[in-house]
Amino acid sequence: MIKVNDLHKTFEGKQVLRGVGFTVNTGETFGIIGKSGSGKSVLLKHLIGLLKPDVGEVWIDDKLISAMSFRKLQRVREKIGMVFQFGALFDSMTVSENIELALKKLTKLSGSSLNDRVTESLASVGLEGTEKLMPSELSGGMKKRVGIARAIAIKPEYMFYDEPTTGLDPVMTDTINRLIKKFKTDERITTVVVTHEMLTVYDVVDRVILLHEGKIQFDGTPEDIKKSDDLVVKQFITGDSTLLLQESR
Amino acid sequence: MIYIGARSIPIVVLTALFSGMVTSVQSAYQFSSWVPSWYVGSVVGNSVLLELAPMITGLVLTGRVGATIAAEIGTMRVTEQIDALESLSFDPVSFLILPRVVAGTIMFPFLIIIADVCGVFGGWVAATTSMDVTTYEFIKGFKTWFHPWDAWFGMIKATTFGFTITSIACYHGYYTRGGALGVGKATTTTVVISCVCIVFLDYLLAELFL
Ligand SMILES: Nc1ncnc2c1ncn2[C@@H]1O[C@H](COP(=O)(O)OP(=O)(O)O)[C@@H](O)[C@H]1O
Ligand SMILES: [Mg+2]
Repeated sequence: MIKVNDLHKTFEGKQVLRGVGFTVNTGETFGIIGKSGSGKSVLLKHLIGLLKPDVGEVWIDDKLISAMSFRKLQRVREKIGMVFQFGALFDSMTVSENIELALKKLTKLSGSSLNDRVTESLASVGLEGTEKLMPSELSGGMKKRVGIARAIAIKPEYMFYDEPTTGLDPVMTDTINRLIKKFKTDERITTVVVTHEMLTVYDVVDRVILLHEGKIQFDGTPEDIKKSDDLVVKQFITGDSTLLLQESR
Repeated sequence: MIYIGARSIPIVVLTALFSGMVTSVQSAYQFSSWVPSWYVGSVVGNSVLLELAPMITGLVLTGRVGATIAAEIGTMRVTEQIDALESLSFDPVSFLILPRVVAGTIMFPFLIIIADVCGVFGGWVAATTSMDVTTYEFIKGFKTWFHPWDAWFGMIKATTFGFTITSIACYHGYYTRGGALGVGKATTTTVVISCVCIVFLDYLLAELFL
């Protein structure tokens, strides 16, 4: 379970988060949406301790990670697979070395069982046979899938995705949406997906929040969000840029 | 890490060779008639070991090594590779920064020994080919005013420069922000600040040790 209380974060005088709180139950798939620059990635980075809040708390499985030392965080991070927006593959290493690095650090696997896990993770994202390639040889969609393979390889209890489908073609978007759903049902993973694609929201998440000006503008199911009368919400899901202008006239 | 040393050798050899030759030619030119021309060996020896080799190597490697490190780590920052490392429980400081600073600090003295040798060799070539100085005279001049301490002082400079250049580069790379533009900025800042630090340290160390 993830619990976030009253999170505030300011960068150089710019208030990015101004009191965000929510709970993600175990096994749930939770969506975070909002326009570019609304602080989705910043929020996600707080959930894994990459950023520390100015005010507020982040709890994961009853551990207060927002105040943890690097050492202690290690114990928590063994349970979390993080997928970065552009894959964040280490570009001096091959695909398989990328995954091995994670496995060697966060699991006790070695030798052939380690190699088996690498093969298995790559197969689960449909990228068999890419072990020896360098990240620069991969397409955007492939990089994201290797990023997913690296995260899923450690068999995490939590998977965090930062914009997993942004900038991909519709078919690849569907492929990745299916992967997220597959890992959720096969492995009983608690999932947090940051996105601004409504298709991903309708397709994969159980509950969704909309970040707007540092606060939560909406919190509910994908069905609820379709029915919402809130203009900010409506504008976001329809993509109609004239909506708020008409209101203020 | 071997890269820091190995790939820098050609440029170090080249710059040291020519600065040794220039020193040789110019000092002979300034000696005019009342300084014996065999003094050129001592001028080349002293200026190369004490000043030219460490200084020029430092400045050249700021561009060669410092810029590379800053761009490398800066790119890792803006493409979230550093965040990814940390999310896998790696400490970015001990994983990325420490090895580079250590490698730089160890490698620099070796490169400067190479620069010393090439510089003196260049000076000898210039002296014997374009001037009336024989090999015997050049070596005599070199030996007469040679102090082992000068060479050691060059090594102290080398170590300090190596540590300084790599640390500055790592720092600016690590705190890069704002995409490709940010990487460019971090690289430029690294080179400018390193150059300033090197000339300043060069003076400071001379005050302290000489
Ligand atoms: N490390 C940082 N330092 C300063 N500002 C930052 C930092 N990280 C993010 N920001 C700022 O926070 C805001 C939200 O960024 P982000 O969370 O990446 O947005 P998005 O919702 O598109 O993921 C942006 O305006 C960004 O410039
Ligand atoms: Mg983002």
